[in-house]
Amino acid sequence: MNRGFSGAVAAALLVFVAEGAAQSPLEVPYRLVRLDNGLSVILHQDRSVPVVSVNVWYRVGSANEEPGRTGLAHLFEHLMFEGSKHVPTGEFDRLLEAAGGSNNATADNDRTFYYEDLPSNALELALYLESDRMGYLLEGLSQETLDNQRDVVKNERRQRYDDAPYGRAWLELDTLLFPAGHPYSWSGIGSMADLSATTFEDVARFFRTYYVPNNASVSVAGDIDLDEAERLVRKWFSEIPRGTPVEPLSVSEPALDRVVRKTLTDRVQIPRLFLAWLTPKAFAADEPALEVAAAILADGKGSRLNQALVYGRELAQDVSAYQDGRALAGSFQVIATAKPGVSLDTIQAAIDHELDRLRTTPPDAAELARVINGIEASFYRAMERVGSYRGKALQLNAYYNAVGEPDYFAADLARYKAVTPAAVQAAVAQYLSRDRRVELQVVPEEGR
Amino acid sequence: MKGRLVRDLAGALIVVTMAAGPAVAQRPDRSAPPAPGPAPSLRLPVIEQRSLSNGLPVWIIESHEVPLVQLNLVFRSGSGEDPAGRYGVASLTADMLDEGAGDRSALEIADAIDGLGAVLTTASTFDASAIRLNVPVARLDEALAVMADVALRPAFPAADLERVRKDRLTSLLQVRDEPASLASIALARAIYGPDHRYGTPAMGTRTSIEALTAADLRAFHATHYVPANATLLVVGDVRPDAILPRLEQRFGTWAGVAPERTPLGTTRADARRIVLIDAPGTSQSQIRIGAVGAARTTPDRAAIEVVNTLLGGTFTSRLNQNLRETHGYSYGAYSAFDLRRSPGPFMAAAGVQTDKTAAALTEFFREFTALAKPTPDAELKPARDYLALSYPAEFETLTDLSRRLEELAIYEQPVDTLEQYVERVQAVTPGTAARAAATYIRPSTFVIVIVGDRATIEPGLRALDLAPIATWEVGPLLEGA
Repeated sequence: MNRGFSGAVAAALLVFVAEGAAQSPLEVPYRLVRLDNGLSVILHQDRSVPVVSVNVWYRVGSANEEPGRTGLAHLFEHLMFEGSKHVPTGEFDRLLEAAGGSNNATADNDRTFYYEDLPSNALELALYLESDRMGYLLEGLSQETLDNQRDVVKNERRQRYDDAPYGRAWLELDTLLFPAGHPYSWSGIGSMADLSATTFEDVARFFRTYYVPNNASVSVAGDIDLDEAERLVRKWFSEIPRGTPVEPLSVSEPALDRVVRKTLTDRVQIPRLFLAWLTPKAFAADEPALEVAAAILADGKGSRLNQALVYGRELAQDVSAYQDGRALAGSFQVIATAKPGVSLDTIQAAIDHELDRLRTTPPDAAELARVINGIEASFYRAMERVGSYRGKALQLNAYYNAVGEPDYFAADLARYKAVTPAAVQAAVAQYLSRDRRVELQVVPEEGR
Repeated sequence: MKGRLVRDLAGALIVVTMAAGPAVAQRPDRSAPPAPGPAPSLRLPVIEQRSLSNGLPVWIIESHEVPLVQLNLVFRSGSGEDPAGRYGVASLTADMLDEGAGDRSALEIADAIDGLGAVLTTASTFDASAIRLNVPVARLDEALAVMADVALRPAFPAADLERVRKDRLTSLLQVRDEPASLASIALARAIYGPDHRYGTPAMGTRTSIEALTAADLRAFHATHYVPANATLLVVGDVRPDAILPRLEQRFGTWAGVAPERTPLGTTRADARRIVLIDAPGTSQSQIRIGAVGAARTTPDRAAIEVVNTLLGGTFTSRLNQNLRETHGYSYGAYSAFDLRRSPGPFMAAAGVQTDKTAAALTEFFREFTALAKPTPDAELKPARDYLALSYPAEFETLTDLSRRLEELAIYEQPVDTLEQYVERVQAVTPGTAARAAATYIRPSTFVIVIVGDRATIEPGLRALDLAPIATWEVGPLLEGA
């Protein structure tokens, strides 16, 4: 990553140009430009349909929140749609929809990104809107819009967590897994009390601290002319002043030295078990082996936990497993919903039996090949779309911010192809221990 | 800036950081948003229409962007063809296709497909059933062999049927925990009643699921999964002349006569009423409001879509602006017409915080009533433009393309339907929009379903006096007769 990039360079630095080269299906040619104000710009041409996607990535998430203000990064994301100095409230969406565009955004622990997918003739509109809220958001915000979006976010929390079956488990899991004070130990949606306490000044300070061009990158992918797109990005974003550099969060490696057990009651008919472990962060050396382990355990009908829990003995209604690598740390989760009448202890014993097998014996080559083939095909499928939550505009931005190289598609796939059966076994043995994990049970309320 | 408060502190700090930065670039003129250039026209790919020796139509679109191919075999029969007393048979048949077929067990099918890096799914709606394969072209032949077994030779093994049945019964149990799902199920029942197929979930009820036998599934498959009722869609990195012989080998000798269609029962306009389902302790009320809407083949389709875009089809639609952006009652409100072979439901929906349930209903009906007033063309234009200009994005991926073709195949529409869509939408006038609104958005006929904390919300609903209130239990909706 180039966060420490100095503003002293007079002209924008052209780091890499690869357009027009003969390409493999996973090669994504791009142009990377740095503006004087520190904004990184990634441009990629794909003319298969007359559509363009603009993805703006800010290196800020719930991990940057302070005690008493949980939920601020996500609440702030909502406020970004409520108008800026030259774009009155409501116009952001109205202008985009009238141009045939769609948009959305998402905030997680580490980053917040915004996108517009629109017909390619309207590219400049998206750049105008994104640059106006990057440069001039606060002049368009009011206490009323903050209060309105605070209510909307509280309703989002009610709908997605408080009233959703098992929803509160998602709020608890990271709190149980990470030590108190770790930036991942609170949930991104925030507590109702903190949402209520958030002031306009909190919002303004958050904007001035994190929503600066030198803490952001813009990716434009689709039916574009590279020179023209670069000209338009420069036109709209160059005037935005550089902010104080944002120092990367520095936290010590979290550790868990015991089993943390908790039982929640919820408005559910049948119990669900959540097991969670601390694991390496995104792009760490051991991460692909853990992702492959998750797929061997729970991806597809033939996977080990599906065979053991869902198909063979029919103990569980469903089971899933995944490695969630984030910027500061990772977690690995196994989640299973019981069949009516089956106890979670029985389910946990069956899961542990399968983890023990993988801990002591490497998976066979065919099992590994099944997983790798699936991962490879999913890389090709991801090449088809430029926008939305899975398209190339986002992925170029994500790779750039994680490893400093936007076209990391083939290199990323190579990480998975290099995983050996022995590496899977070693990763399970090292990280998915029986005596250092969270065991969270969600059970029906009395009388259900 | 609409009289908005501008914070001095914020402005001052921005000036300070600017002074500390490098020389400021020339400022662009932000006084008006840049106007988009001429709209790009959608270059619809050529659809090669061929057929196999048994008459099975094969539609092929070449797309060489990625080394993948998408094959969808669609049948023009879905849950709408479920016989009385056998609700759920179309849905269960589709679900069971890959649970053992030809000489392959359920696990062998899954392992074969996963090992090829392919994705094979089976699914059904009220109008259709489909088997869909997405596979790297290099592994097409092996995957085709599996797909043909799944489509033509499902075994419906007894043990697998019992497992899937149990899975469905457990899912049905879990629906009790989901206020939003319950509200949608109750709305369909309130609109269509227990005797019309659309009044019961596609999956069926506990009683009907328990009654289904392998013989029912075989009968449904034999009747409806025939080439005269099907179209095979192929989109991707293939050449028509090269792939046709391979399709002929797998699908060319299968036969059968076209099924007779079961006419669905008629429906009549309802009188406005409220159905209340208690969900004690919840923090939101799930509101679903609706009535019988329109059939897929209605000549009013373009006008209906424009009117719905205005009402609840997008973020800036009236319902979402009102309930979310103005009042903050909800995370989002929307409306939709589900256009089916027989007239499907219109539904407006939101989850609203419990203490705002009555207030939210007032706002819903304020917006329904406002649609009766003429909409000026200046307000219709953004809705038309949204539908017309976002249309090309619906053709981006192989899967997107194949789904657009499915719609033509299922509803037996000419290929130029796709090309004419934009023109039809742009031709909607204030007059045609007003007629569609008057015909299809009739608030006096709407059924209102609310799943929420009854003790808290019922007094407010009674005071609102919007319509008579009936209280429903969950049991009869999910258990069946």
